[in-house]
Amino acid sequence: MGDSLTNTAGHFFVTGDPMIIASDVAIVLVSLGIVFTLTYFKKWKWLWREWLTTVDHKKIAIMYLISAILMLFRGGVDALLMRTQLALPNMKLLSAEHYDQIFTTHGTIMILFMAMPFIFAMFNAVVPLQIGARDVAFPYLNAISFWLFFFGALLFNISFVIGGSPDAGWTSYPPLTELQFDPGVGENYYLLALSISGIGTIATGINFLATIIKMRAPGMTLMKMPLFTWAVLGTCIIILFVFPVLSVALALLLIDRLFGAHFFTMMYGGNPMQFVNLFWIWGHPEVYIAVLPAFGIYSEVVSTFSQKKIFGYKSMVASIMAISIIGNLTWVHHFFTMGAGPAVNTFFSITTMAVAIPTGVKVFNWLMTMYRGRITLSLPMMWVLAFIPNFALAGATGVWLAEAPTDYQYHNSYFTVAHFHQALIGGVVYGMLAGMYYWWPKMFGFKLKEKFGKWAFWFFNIGFYVCFIPQYVLGLMGMQRRMYTYTPDMHWTALNFVSTIGAYLMGIGFLCIAAQIIHSLVHMEKDLTGDPWGGRTLEWSLPSPPPHYNFAVIPQVSDRDEWWERKRRGEQDALKPRPEDIRNVHMPKNSGVPFLMGVCFFIAGFGFTFGWIAVGAAGLLGVLVCLAHRSLDQHPDHDIPADEIRRTEAALGRL
Amino acid sequence: MRPSWWKFAFTLAAGAGISLLTSGCGEEIRVFQPAGPVARSELELIWLQMGLTAVVIIPVILLLAWIVIRYRNKPGNRAPYQPEFAESRTLEIVWWAIPIVIVGILGTVTWHKTYALAQSPNPSKEPLKIEVMSLNWKWLFFYPDQKIATVNYAEIPTDRPVEFLLTANAPMNAFWVPNLGGMEYTMPGMVTSLWLQADKAGEYYGHGGNFTGPGFAQMQFRVVAKPQSDFDAWVRQVANSAPDMTKADYDKLTQPSVLGELSFSSYPEGIFEQTVMDEGGMYMDHDRAMLGNMMPHS
Ligand code: HEM
Ligand SMILES: [Cu+2]
Ligand SMILES: [Cu+2]
Repeated sequence: MGDSLTNTAGHFFVTGDPMIIASDVAIVLVSLGIVFTLTYFKKWKWLWREWLTTVDHKKIAIMYLISAILMLFRGGVDALLMRTQLALPNMKLLSAEHYDQIFTTHGTIMILFMAMPFIFAMFNAVVPLQIGARDVAFPYLNAISFWLFFFGALLFNISFVIGGSPDAGWTSYPPLTELQFDPGVGENYYLLALSISGIGTIATGINFLATIIKMRAPGMTLMKMPLFTWAVLGTCIIILFVFPVLSVALALLLIDRLFGAHFFTMMYGGNPMQFVNLFWIWGHPEVYIAVLPAFGIYSEVVSTFSQKKIFGYKSMVASIMAISIIGNLTWVHHFFTMGAGPAVNTFFSITTMAVAIPTGVKVFNWLMTMYRGRITLSLPMMWVLAFIPNFALAGATGVWLAEAPTDYQYHNSYFTVAHFHQALIGGVVYGMLAGMYYWWPKMFGFKLKEKFGKWAFWFFNIGFYVCFIPQYVLGLMGMQRRMYTYTPDMHWTALNFVSTIGAYLMGIGFLCIAAQIIHSLVHMEKDLTGDPWGGRTLEWSLPSPPPHYNFAVIPQVSDRDEWWERKRRGEQDALKPRPEDIRNVHMPKNSGVPFLMGVCFFIAGFGFTFGWIAVGAAGLLGVLVCLAHRSLDQHPDHDIPADEIRRTEAALGRL
Repeated sequence: MRPSWWKFAFTLAAGAGISLLTSGCGEEIRVFQPAGPVARSELELIWLQMGLTAVVIIPVILLLAWIVIRYRNKPGNRAPYQPEFAESRTLEIVWWAIPIVIVGILGTVTWHKTYALAQSPNPSKEPLKIEVMSLNWKWLFFYPDQKIATVNYAEIPTDRPVEFLLTANAPMNAFWVPNLGGMEYTMPGMVTSLWLQADKAGEYYGHGGNFTGPGFAQMQFRVVAKPQSDFDAWVRQVANSAPDMTKADYDKLTQPSVLGELSFSSYPEGIFEQTVMDEGGMYMDHDRAMLGNMMPHS
């Protein structure tokens, strides 16, 4: 009896591996620390009232940002473990099983629980302010999206201490992921965590699409919209096209695993190739979902720090839209080698290369925006400048991979690993960092000090090339991805060692960013102007951070760079509210239900992961109760009286 | 610290330099050491794509450096400042056109090569057929005309096209011999085909190209290319001296394990086709058609 109990516990909690035990201990200690701090400073109520129940897009943005940075840390530690294991041949740091789990969680976390929340942090922080709106179209839904992401990420992250991590790659191809080859719970974690956060993502797509279409300030026609907002619009369109496909693919695989169906086994007429197909119908556009917002950020930053209008605005809009359409027609390049035949491969080679055309146009337009401008090398701009050569290379190698005959040689090798990291780090992460530095004062009301930021920049950039350029060569030498070890006679040692050094340099870069944030918190320098960079768009006309209703009076827009034009004409004050124009403002009420709904989804996900159908069903029932509660709520909003707004604005010195 | 752009160029060059130097000056860069027409044809396209993309990215990087140096916002910079300069039809036409032309060229070449590589590199010569099965975690090669089988190595004659018929009796993998040409997936219940040919005698590194679990890193094999007469001698030697593969041996091979190289003088007839059918091929019209002319009886 006692024996079988320890046995069950042994299966439930992952034990044995010293690194995992250390993480267990660390998690318990940190959790205790958080509980203690909150209790000691009597902050529980504050946490609940100000954060857990908020529906304010600005606070949701901050919660996304914190989650993204934490996940960048987790994914980064995974990366360093892998790079350490590969630094020398026949290393014994990680076993094959452990390495497999780590590359799986690294890839999944970086894409779904780091890049996605990071872009949503930017959406939330910026879009309503940039289009002159008081919130998103559906603030309550926005909170639900966040909590679904959060609890999805939590579910995924506990896998390595409870039950075991998924270990079949972030692409999770069957039949490797079918019960026959992968009987543990890890893969269930993957499927359920992604499904839960995926629902949140679809809701975000709908929300921001509606926000941008319906809630722009009067006068802001589509062709006067800032490019970041355009990029978000393009992104939302892609999300709505492809995330449902992922949800379906994951659900079918889950049904295979939990209920013994055969959608993706070869038996009884199912077919694993269909999963590969569905996965990439989502997976390729997913990279555009991540990179388009980054492109939007580059456009804003380049224009601001060159003190010049964006060059070729119409081309920029056209290329965003072209990417969001052509990007949906290229997915087969991820499995040219599956034998679909020359006609299919030729077609998808050409559509894939075609995406490079609008992308190239954007690069030239950014260059021309700087041309005859006045370039200030502040941190956001430095990341943009570093992005350009990086992305030029990533784009070039992307075109190489796009051609089926050569993809046959690059596919699944380190060449591919180098390519997609160059696109995902040089394109997405650099963009998100640029955006974070750029909008940080707006989000938090204080500026980040540059000192550690510059260190971070140089460590990260040099580290990047040292880490990934050798990997291109390793790929051409025949080194496959997802190998946990290699032998010395392959001659891969030197390049792998160099690559690992680069990874550590990037790790130092990350620590410098952390140091920068702490340093700036300690020596806080408030942004009193609301416009620290000489901005161009409406968000910079507001105080930092903006009051929770954003605009006391919704502005009337007449130009593309409205705020810049007003400043140029000396009309800044025209964007300040006049007391007689201030009316009551209708705002949504805070609510704890989105958070609770997240908890219910978490319970459901956890139950299904372990095949405890009753627990899963109970969680889903909880979700239904939350939905019903909302449907029956007669008064989800409230009015902020005009007087209160006048007082707030006066306190901000704007009346 | 004052960012300067040559540092980027420098890092880049240094990275590339180190990479090339440390890698033994090319010998081990297998994709660049083609030993046959397929790999060579792929390498030609690699050179072409490198050249054509360099036409864009080198100017972009140089232009970036020049612009950032010239238009820095520092006192006394007398370069022109035109905050309203934001449109130029001519320029925009130029950079919509350049990538279109490049993609046009690469697209045409890709089209030709994709079709060419799906066929025998030398149709006038009678090909050798090898049936390849990826298992957890080893490679099994059947020679249907020679009736022998090997594990984790294969020998082929030089100057003769080889058609590899690929399947898996385990999760999906990929068959890759970089010196000879690109990879193709092996899938349970399905047969795919890959044409390769070696011109140069030698021993070539091969490895699984698609992750299949903990033993994946050890899924290495050799392909040995030698003149036809030597190949024939090798076949005779295996046929005369190696043990038979019984059904029981085969079943044992399909169990997860990591093995060295093995040779067999015979194998259960039709085992490759039977495996394809058992693993789900019976549900696929395409497989039945493809195997129709291989199966002894169907
Ligand atoms: C910070 C520096 C990073 C380093 C040093 C790094 C390193 C690695 C390594 C060593 C692998 C495993 C390669 C293999 O064994 O096949 C890997 C895989 C991967 N990485 Fe990263 N990575 C980094 C950042 C990122 C970022 C920012 C993203 C995405 C936004 C990302 C996405 C991925 C993906 C999708 C995979 C594939 C996982 C799989 O094979 O299932 N990585 N990375
Ligand atoms: Cu893709
Ligand atoms: Cu198939």
